[in-house]
Amino acid sequence: MRVMYLVKSNHPGPPTPELGAAIGKLTEREVKAGRLLDQGGLMPISMGAEVRIADGKLSLIDGPFVEAKEVVGGYAVFELRDKEEAIAMANEFMQLHKDLMPGWYGTCEVRFFATPPHNPHP
Amino acid sequence: MTDAHRAILAVWRIAQPRLITSLARMLRDVPLAEDLTQEALVAALEHWPATGIPEKPDAWLTATAKRKALDHLRRRKMLVRKHAQVAHALEQDEQTMPDLDSALDDDIGDEMLRLIFTACHPRLPRDARAALALRMICGLTTAEIARAFLAPEATVAQRITRAKRTLSESGLGYETPRGPELSQRLSSVLEVIYLIFNEGYSAARGDDWLRPELCNEALRMARALIAVKPRETEAHGLLALMELNASRAAARTDAAGDPILLPDQDRGLWDRIQIRRGLQALAQAEELGGAGGFYALQAAIIACHARAGMYADTDWARIVSLYGHLMALHPSPIIELNRAVAVGMAQGPAAALVILDRLRGEPALKSYHLLFSVRGDLLAKLGRREEARADFHTAASLATNRREREMLERRAAAICDHA
Repeated sequence: MRVMYLVKSNHPGPPTPELGAAIGKLTEREVKAGRLLDQGGLMPISMGAEVRIADGKLSLIDGPFVEAKEVVGGYAVFELRDKEEAIAMANEFMQLHKDLMPGWYGTCEVRFFATPPHNPHP
Repeated sequence: MTDAHRAILAVWRIAQPRLITSLARMLRDVPLAEDLTQEALVAALEHWPATGIPEKPDAWLTATAKRKALDHLRRRKMLVRKHAQVAHALEQDEQTMPDLDSALDDDIGDEMLRLIFTACHPRLPRDARAALALRMICGLTTAEIARAFLAPEATVAQRITRAKRTLSESGLGYETPRGPELSQRLSSVLEVIYLIFNEGYSAARGDDWLRPELCNEALRMARALIAVKPRETEAHGLLALMELNASRAAARTDAAGDPILLPDQDRGLWDRIQIRRGLQALAQAEELGGAGGFYALQAAIIACHARAGMYADTDWARIVSLYGHLMALHPSPIIELNRAVAVGMAQGPAAALVILDRLRGEPALKSYHLLFSVRGDLLAKLGRREEARADFHTAASLATNRREREMLERRAAAICDHA
């Protein structure tokens, strides 16, 4: 099954070099294992924009604005066997944050891609 | 299996390639390393349900496996001592004992390669190679392999045990082919990967979910092989072929499980990510000079379909030419039949019929239903309805798959309606 990880946080500041290096190693391992399909970091939302519909009206919210909520800072797409494997992978990734960037807090959301209902190939 | 067991298995599976490769390096024995990796799993299944999965499961599994490996080395040393070969054993221990920690930090590339080549050794029967590869490279359990291949678990277990014994007894448990032998051995590896893929690709609706999952195992294996052998063009070609084939999985059958043929498939259901990866792998094979390889050519043919936004956009002339190259490389009546289909699309049904009439004498195609179904299709396009109908009936009577048979009967009946 295909899984997307969304890493959300409003902790300020970039990852420590140690965390960066460890994530790099994990990424390399997972590419070599053939499980990681795509991944990337995202620039802060203050540098982006939001196009929103509220009360039937379309509006553009352009930065810079204050980040109060947890926002997606990075994502990864994996091809994995089952939900357990998906969670194990997220655990390993978050454990690195816990060990190598003390004080960091946030969420790693584990989301499965939707597949057509009669597809025998999930 | 309980949820806790599944969670443990998942953690172990992620750690498994590193465990087995570093143990193999330490022990100079791949089958033995596999045994010990399994023992580490058994230990985890015993301990973790009570203690919970440790924060660093990798380290726990490594330490456990290392302890078991050292136990094994000590036992072996004792045995050897009995045979008065102490010096030899000590020398061996000196080489192997202190290795594991550093091995874990090292690049596992060479060991991974050795693992892949050992599991897919041409000396082993084909079924055994597939089972061993799934177990040693992908970390599937024997029960999972049995379910995926619709085989009894005892049969698969025996296949694996026997294969490992063959490897150990013939001294093939720790070697990497080099030079000219490598390319010959590589074709055995690619064959095993493709066999696993096709087993998964033939999975039907309602099958155990592990069956279609075999496609992903094969894809992962090919990507792992490329990670350690990035210049083998046919590995890229095979990866491209599998990615591009798999990209159509969702569009291949309807809700009832009936096959949907290429012209009728909803291309919106094709997996764009997978197509992109397939085309990248194909480009890689071609850049490395491997455009003419057996797998690369097949991938290039499917790429023509993947690139076409609509069926009518398909570059049939290029497909004809690619099948021509494939025929020259690997003459086969089945490939020629496929070329005929492409010729029919590129140059019209009459030109294709000429090829088909040549193929009718082929013993290999004598009772091949697709020969008759293709011919029926061409004849129908030429307005030769009676002959077309007869061919569809013949095709239906030869088809072994019920759904295919029904579809062919429907086509025969459809011609009657228009006559």
